[in-house]
Amino acid sequence: MLKVLGIMFAGILLGFLFRKQPFLQNLDKPVRYVIFILLFLMGLAVGSDPAITENLPRVGGHALVLALAGTLGSVLAAALVYKLFFNKHENGR
Amino acid sequence: MAGSLLIAGFFVFGCLLGWACPLPSWVVRPEASLYALYVLMFLVGLSLGSDKRLKETLRQIRPRLLLVPLATWTGTLSFCALAAVLLKKWSVWECMAVGSGFAYYSLSSVLVTQMKEASSGLVVAAELGTIALVANILRELFTLTGAPFMYRVFGKLAPICAGGATTMDTTLPVITQVCGKEMVFVSIFHAVLVDFSVPFLVSFFCSL
Repeated sequence: MLKVLGIMFAGILLGFLFRKQPFLQNLDKPVRYVIFILLFLMGLAVGSDPAITENLPRVGGHALVLALAGTLGSVLAAALVYKLFFNKHENGR
Repeated sequence: MAGSLLIAGFFVFGCLLGWACPLPSWVVRPEASLYALYVLMFLVGLSLGSDKRLKETLRQIRPRLLLVPLATWTGTLSFCALAAVLLKKWSVWECMAVGSGFAYYSLSSVLVTQMKEASSGLVVAAELGTIALVANILRELFTLTGAPFMYRVFGKLAPICAGGATTMDTTLPVITQVCGKEMVFVSIFHAVLVDFSVPFLVSFFCSL
């Protein structure tokens, strides 16, 4: 875990130091390609694992519950913060 | 939108291939994706550090704006903890680890799988990682499709908090459209912080 974070920080530092380099503004594509590879490799691991493929409906159901929970929780908290701290400032801006 | 479908497509393709043909074990081993993760984290860092909007975003910061990511963190994590009541198979911490993806599905799913493997074994880790992937893709989809509704019912900040870590890239166009241009900096600032918190929170909850 420390290694993963350390690598990200090294990237942030280098990215900041060399921020004038034009190729750093075009990282979307390489990032996407690496994500494709990663997700493909993950798919391989998941698909070749009978413990998961036999439980696919359950995995999907759990994912749906957690997605709904996370989204609902965040919009409710957003509504609260907006009502308490943002609405009254609106006219003053 | 097309991007997240394409990414899901690669995952599904991998699943089908892994399911249909016996593969040499070195391909399926987690080390292969670990090195890909290192490359990804480095690139993500590079693009965060070199982002031209970074300076302008930092200059527009007001203390009040910290409440927006705070709402995302507390709302998401508390409700994912509550969801653990429904999901008997997973502990509160595991549900919170999935929630800590904040729609950043690519990174969070890989992190969950990697971090969970040591404590729970590959099978459980891969299953929770898959849940993290699907749950966080769904969250992005909900935000992309539900932003106008969220705006009407829950106010201006709701689409931003729902979008989690994606509100400076994939969901930014929708948020700009629904919430207005003046929310762009709030949205980017929010995403920088939430984005940054994903690796910390995921590995934290996976270690509990």
